[in-house]
Amino acid sequence: MSTTPTIILIKDTRLAGVDTTRDVQNVFEKCLKEAGIESHVQAVRAADMGVYERGVVVKLLPQNVFYGNVKDEDVSLIVNKTLKKGELVEHLALRNLPSQVRVVLRNCGVINPESMEEYIQEKGYEGLRKCLLHLTPAQVIDEMKKSGLRGRGGAGFPTWMKWNLARSSVAEQKYVICNGDEGDPGAYMDRSVLEGDPHSVIEGMIIAGYAIGASKGFFYIRAEYPLAVERIHLAIKQAYEGGFLGQNILGTKFSFDLDVRLGAGAFVCGEETALMASIEGKRGTPRPRPPFPTQAGLWEKPTIINNVETLANVPVIFQRGGDWFSAIGTEKSKGTKVFAITGKVKNSGLVEIPMGITMREIVYGIGGGAADGKKVLAVQTGGPSGGVIPESHFDTPVSYEHLQELGSIMGSGGMIVMDEDDCMIDIVKFYLGFCVEESCGKCAPCRIGGYQMLKLLEKISEGNGTDQDVASIKRIAKAMQKASLCALGQTAPNPVLSTLRYFEDEYKQHIGDKKCRAGKCGKLLQYRIMPDKCKKCRLCQLKCPSNAVVGDKEKGYEVVQAKCVKCGVCYEVCKFEAVERI
Amino acid sequence: MIRAKINGISLRVPEGATILEAAEKVQIKIPVLCKHPDLPPTAACGICIVKLKGMNKMLRACCTPIEEGMEIITHDPEIVEVRRSVIELILSKHPNECLSCGRNRNCELQKLAGDFGINEQSFPQYLADIPADNSTKSLVLEPRKCISCGRCVHVCQQMQNVWALSFLERGFDTRISPAGDIQLADSPCVKCGQCSAHCPTGAIFEYDETGKVWELLQDENKYCIVQIAPAVRVAVGEWFGFKSGANTTRKLYAALRRMGFRAVFDTNFGADLTIVEEAHEFVHRFTKEPTKLPLITSCCPAWVDFMEKFYPDMVDHFSSCKSPHQMVGALSKTYYAQKQRLDPSKIVVVSIMPCTAKKHEISRDREMFASGHQDVDISLTTRELARMIKQAGIDFPNLPEEDADHMLGEYSGAGTIFGMTGGVMEAALRTAYDYVTGGKLKNVDFENVRGLQGVKEGTIPVGSHEVKVAVAHGLSNVEYVLNKVREAKKNDRVPPYHFIEVMACPGGCVGGGGQPYGVTDAVRNQRGDGLYEDDREHKIRYSHENPFVKKLYKEFLGEPRSEKVHHLLHTTYRPMPEYKR
Repeated sequence: MSTTPTIILIKDTRLAGVDTTRDVQNVFEKCLKEAGIESHVQAVRAADMGVYERGVVVKLLPQNVFYGNVKDEDVSLIVNKTLKKGELVEHLALRNLPSQVRVVLRNCGVINPESMEEYIQEKGYEGLRKCLLHLTPAQVIDEMKKSGLRGRGGAGFPTWMKWNLARSSVAEQKYVICNGDEGDPGAYMDRSVLEGDPHSVIEGMIIAGYAIGASKGFFYIRAEYPLAVERIHLAIKQAYEGGFLGQNILGTKFSFDLDVRLGAGAFVCGEETALMASIEGKRGTPRPRPPFPTQAGLWEKPTIINNVETLANVPVIFQRGGDWFSAIGTEKSKGTKVFAITGKVKNSGLVEIPMGITMREIVYGIGGGAADGKKVLAVQTGGPSGGVIPESHFDTPVSYEHLQELGSIMGSGGMIVMDEDDCMIDIVKFYLGFCVEESCGKCAPCRIGGYQMLKLLEKISEGNGTDQDVASIKRIAKAMQKASLCALGQTAPNPVLSTLRYFEDEYKQHIGDKKCRAGKCGKLLQYRIMPDKCKKCRLCQLKCPSNAVVGDKEKGYEVVQAKCVKCGVCYEVCKFEAVERI
Repeated sequence: MIRAKINGISLRVPEGATILEAAEKVQIKIPVLCKHPDLPPTAACGICIVKLKGMNKMLRACCTPIEEGMEIITHDPEIVEVRRSVIELILSKHPNECLSCGRNRNCELQKLAGDFGINEQSFPQYLADIPADNSTKSLVLEPRKCISCGRCVHVCQQMQNVWALSFLERGFDTRISPAGDIQLADSPCVKCGQCSAHCPTGAIFEYDETGKVWELLQDENKYCIVQIAPAVRVAVGEWFGFKSGANTTRKLYAALRRMGFRAVFDTNFGADLTIVEEAHEFVHRFTKEPTKLPLITSCCPAWVDFMEKFYPDMVDHFSSCKSPHQMVGALSKTYYAQKQRLDPSKIVVVSIMPCTAKKHEISRDREMFASGHQDVDISLTTRELARMIKQAGIDFPNLPEEDADHMLGEYSGAGTIFGMTGGVMEAALRTAYDYVTGGKLKNVDFENVRGLQGVKEGTIPVGSHEVKVAVAHGLSNVEYVLNKVREAKKNDRVPPYHFIEVMACPGGCVGGGGQPYGVTDAVRNQRGDGLYEDDREHKIRYSHENPFVKKLYKEFLGEPRSEKVHHLLHTTYRPMPEYKR
C-alpha cells in the first residue's frame, strides 16, 4: 500500500459544458475513505494543466501520472490500482503530452492556487526577497535588462525599458497596473495564469513597484473571469497576511498596496490608455501618446502597465537570474511564450514553448496536426490584430520579429489552426467583425473604415464582389493602419491584408468564379438535384421553405436557383444523396 | 527652444509646441477636422497625420509635441492619399444634404471635401437613422450629421462643466446624446450653445426662427420692433468681410430698418437700465443688507439656468434684475406702446442676441410676460441675423449708417461693455461709485476686471469702502468662486466677495454660443476691444446718466426699485435641486 503523501489534481478540460470537477472530487473522497488512505491523499480541484478536451483530467503528484476522460466509475480503479498498488490504469493514461518549457506556467496545475504556502514551497516570493533585501531598484532593472524580457501583451516592448522610463519620471505617486483584460477570441493564457498561479503575478507586480518606486498597484481583470478575480482577491489577502504586501514589506522601507478593478468586457480596454481611462471611471477610449503612461498615466501619474504573462515571468528571472532567462529563446526574443492553440488541431490547449522553435513544431509536433487527417492550411496568430501564416511559411521561427515579417504579430498568444475546410474570407470576416464590434468609435478611420471594409467582405462572400472592391479594401486598410489612433484600428486590417497576401486566389475565386472552395460562404453555394439518383420521393419539395423545388413525379424535380435561400434543408433530408451541394 | 525641420525647412519652436503649431509658423497648413483652435486636441479624425523621416508610422500633428531634431514631412502623395481616404470614409457616414443644411458654405467638413477635390463617392453611404432632437427651442441636435469629432462633448463637459452631452454606444454606432439617451430638454443642458458654435458640421444648430420672423415682418397687422445685443455689433461683420471687432452698430440699424422693422432699439439701452437697477440693488444690500451679499449678476440666461440647477442654494444672492433684452421687451409693449398709441398685442419684439439660451429665456416663466404679453417674442442669434441680411439682398458693407430709434435706443459707454466678460461689473461699479460717494471716478476704466483670465478677483475702493469683486466666465470657472462663497457660508464666515459677475460663455457674450463660427481667444479679444472702443467713444460713460433712462424713470417708472419697476424689470428664480452631480 502506498504511503507517499499524494495530491490528486482534478480538472474538467472540456471547453464547454458543465464542470463536473466537484462530483469527481466527492467520488474520490468517498473512495479514499473506503480505501482508508484519506489521511495522506488529498483530492483538489485544480486550475489549468495545459491539457484540453480530454474530459475530466486527473493528475497524481508526485507520481506525475496523467489520466484523461475520467468517469465516476473509474475513480475506484485509480485509487485501488495506482494509489494502492502503484500500477498504471492503461486505458486512462495520457501519454505524449506536449513537451514544453514551463516558465510562466511552472506552477499551473502543479500547486494549489489557493494556497500561498504551496507557492512559497515552489520558491515563491524568493525573487521578491532577493530584490528587496539585496538589490537596489536600479539593479532590479539591470537584471531585467539582462533577461531581455519583452512585453507579452503583443507589442513586445522591452520590459526593463518601460520600467526604467517610469523609474526616471519624478513623481510622488506612481502606479503599477497588471493588464488582465485578455480579450482575443480563443485566447486564455492570462486566465490560466491568474487562476493557476495568482501569487506569481502578484510577486511580479511588487517587484515592478519596487523597481519604479510605486506604492500602489491595480489588477485590471475582465469581469468575465470570475474565478481569476476570486483567486486574485484571495491571493492578495494572503500576501497581505504573509507580509508581502502593505507597509514595510519584509521589514524594508518599501510599502506596496494592491487593488483589483474589473473590466466590463470592452476589448479596447486592453489598450493601455483606454484601460487607464476605464480605471479612472471614464469612457474606455484611447488617448493620444505622448505623453506615455510612464510619464503621465493613471490620474496623470507615471504608470507602468504590464501584461499578466510578462509579470509572471518576473519572479523566475530573480529566482534564477537574468542570464538563465536570456539563455532561452532567440537573439531578440528571449524566454518562452505561452500560446493557446485551438481550431482544427488534434491537441488543442495551452502550450509554453521556448521562443525560436518553428511554427511547424508547434502545429504538428505539439498540436499533432489537423484532426481527421485533413490538411492544415494556415495558422492565425495575434488574434484579430494578427494575420494568417500559411503552411508554406511554417518553418519560420516563432519570435516577435519573424512573425511581423510575415505580416502577423506575436500578439498575446492566440493561435488558431485552420484546415482545408476553412474559407479565408469567412475567417477574415469573423476577425474584422470582432474589431468592428469592439471599436470604441473614437477615431474615424477605425470607426468607419472597419465597417466599410466588413461590408465589402460580405459583398465578396455573397458573390457580388468586384476587383474594385479589393482595391477599396486595400485603400481603407491603409487609411486604418496609418491614421487610426490606437493599435486596435491600426492592426484591424492585418487579417485582411495577410490573406490578400497569401490567399489572393481565394478572393479571386469568390469574385471571379463565384465559388467558395470550403463551402463556407453560404450564398455562393448551389443545391442541385441529380436526376439519376433522385427517387422522386418529393421530400425535398415538401421541406423547402421557399418553394424553390419544382417539378412532379413524372418529370422529376429541380431547384430553381433564383428562389433558393441556400438553407440546405433539401440536402439534409434527402435519403438517397441525390441533392448535391456545389 | 527646440530645433526641428518641417518639409526641409528649419525652425525653432518653444518646448511643448505641437507639430501643427510649428508648421503654422513656417506657413504650412496641415488639414484638420476635429481640432478646433479654441480647444485641446481630441485626436479623433486622423486627418492631420504626418510622417517622420525614416519612420513607417504616421503621427497626428494636432497632439504630437515636436521633439529636438525631428524631421517632419507634412505632405507627400502617400499622406495626401491617406487623408483623402479618411475624409471619404467620414463622408460615407454623413448625409449628402449640404444644399439643405444650415451649415451650407460654412461647414468645415464640406470645406475639407472641397479642398481635397472629392468629386465622387468611393464608398457606399451608411447613415444612422436617428431622429433629430428638437426638444428645446434653443438648439437642435441632429446626430445623423455628427462626425464624432468630440468637440461638443469636450465643450459641454470640460469648458462648461454642464455634462449634458456625451458619447453613447460604441464603434460604428457611436453618437452624441444627453447621457441616458434622454431628450436635451430633460438633460442638464443650459442652452449656452457653445456646442453649436464649435460643431464643425450641422449636427448641433441653433433653433432657426428666421422664417417666422420673415413672416411676421410681412404681416401688416404686426408692428415689429427689433433690438440688438452689445456683442452682436462687433461680431456680425465677420460674415461680411469685416475684421473681428469692427463696430457695425449703425449699419445694423440701417439693415434692420430695410428688413422691415418699424422700430430699431438697442439692448444696450436695456443694459444701462439693468445697471441702474442692479447698482441700486447692490448699494442697498451693501449698506443695509450685508447678509444678502455677495450679489451675483443674472443677465446671462445660461448662467441663470446653471445656477438654478447646480447652485440652488445661491438663489438669494442673485440679482433680481431681468436681463437687458427682457427689460427692453417689457418696455416696448408698455412704455413705448403707450407713447406711440400702439396696441401692445400687435407689437412683435425680436431680439438679436449672441446667444442660444436667450431663445429659452423669453418664455422661461410667467414673469417674462410682464407687459401682459410675451415681452420678447422671438430671439435670433447673430448667425441667424447675418443670414437674414444676406437673404434680404442688403449690401451690408456699403450700407449708409443710421441711428437707432429714440426712447429705447440710446446707450452709454457702460451699456455697450456688457458684451465682454467683466463689463457688467465695470458698468455697475461706475454707477455704484456715484451712488455711494456722490462723486465721479477719476478713471472709469477698471482694468483689473478686464481680460480673458478665467477668474478675475480684485478689491475696488469705493469711497471709504472696499468692494471685493470676482468675475468668472466659462461655466467651469464658476466652481472656484462659488465654492469659496459656499464654504464661507457653511462656516458662518463673511463671504470673500461682495459682488460676483458670471457669464456662461468664455469671454462673455462676445464669445457667445450664437456668434459667428471660429471663435478663439484672439477673436474674443478683438470683439471685446471693439466694445471697449465703443465705450471710449461715448461721451456718456455712466449708465445712470443716459438721458433716456432718466426720462424713462421720470415719465413712466418712477423711482428705481419701485413697484412698477419690480413688476416689469425684475424676476425671481426657481431652485432645481433635482439636478445633482
